[in-house]
Amino acid sequence: MNHKSIESNKHQETSISKYLLVWVSLLVFTSITVTIAGLNLGSYALLIAVFIAIIKSSLVINIFMHIKYEEFIFKVFLAIGGFTLMIIFLLTFFDYTYR
Amino acid sequence: MNNENSIAIQNEHVVHRDDVGARLGMWLFLFTELLLFGGLFLVYAVYRHLYYEDFKIAALSLNTTIGTLNTIILLTSSLTVALSIAVLQKGKRQLSIILLMLTDVLAIIFMINKYFEWSAKIHHGIFPGSEHLLGLPEGQILFYGLYYIMTGLHALHIIIGIVFISIVLVFVSRGSVNENNYVKLENAGLYWHLVDLIWIFLFPFFYLIQ
Repeated sequence: MNHKSIESNKHQETSISKYLLVWVSLLVFTSITVTIAGLNLGSYALLIAVFIAIIKSSLVINIFMHIKYEEFIFKVFLAIGGFTLMIIFLLTFFDYTYR
Repeated sequence: MNNENSIAIQNEHVVHRDDVGARLGMWLFLFTELLLFGGLFLVYAVYRHLYYEDFKIAALSLNTTIGTLNTIILLTSSLTVALSIAVLQKGKRQLSIILLMLTDVLAIIFMINKYFEWSAKIHHGIFPGSEHLLGLPEGQILFYGLYYIMTGLHALHIIIGIVFISIVLVFVSRGSVNENNYVKLENAGLYWHLVDLIWIFLFPFFYLIQ
């Protein structure tokens, strides 16, 4: 019992340091986006901004929102939700590109 | 020890709780939010494509400093709410309450910044339907329309999040949300992280176009 509680404490201790690490990396990514936006990279700027936003959101979803540690069904749900949104975007973009 | 265990087993039989189901339900709700904002981002993407130059010119007038500041504030508030769950799991109720209060304070600071940002815009005559705005090119009208709708809807979510977190804060201080039963706090946290997620995309799309 005692051994077990020490172990679970250890786990939570690492989760706290993990949260702090994620927070720091989110701030670093934010400063990278702001810096890149000031560089005048033209059309690449949007691509990089979207890419960084996706990295940031995967950090938030996996660690802060615990998806990484959730049961498999949560990942299936998330994949279906993300896939649906992607289909809606792709179909609309096709329509506007080849109209 | 043995006695404790048997009580725990008895309690398990009495209290029917499904924490996984509760979190899954919260996620289902978050997906509807994803589609709500996803639709708006889609409209944004199409109009930005059609009015590329107008969007660029209009975006230059947005205050990047306030946008960046609010990004840092929201990211930090996401950290505090995540930490409040972690410390409650360890049984540190007081610390958990302080962290939740801090989350609320950060959210209110975000709203105060938003107030100054919007009132500066409105002061310059830029608000939906204003004479000055209607005199601008079509693309700029669309940009500001989307700006007010999307950041406004996001701000509404911030207000709902403040209420949600405050209610859970009361539960934590009363002890009905505790180290053995914290799914309500987890769900409030999930909602708050979603608000943060949406801002992660709003920020570069509106404040960082150069």
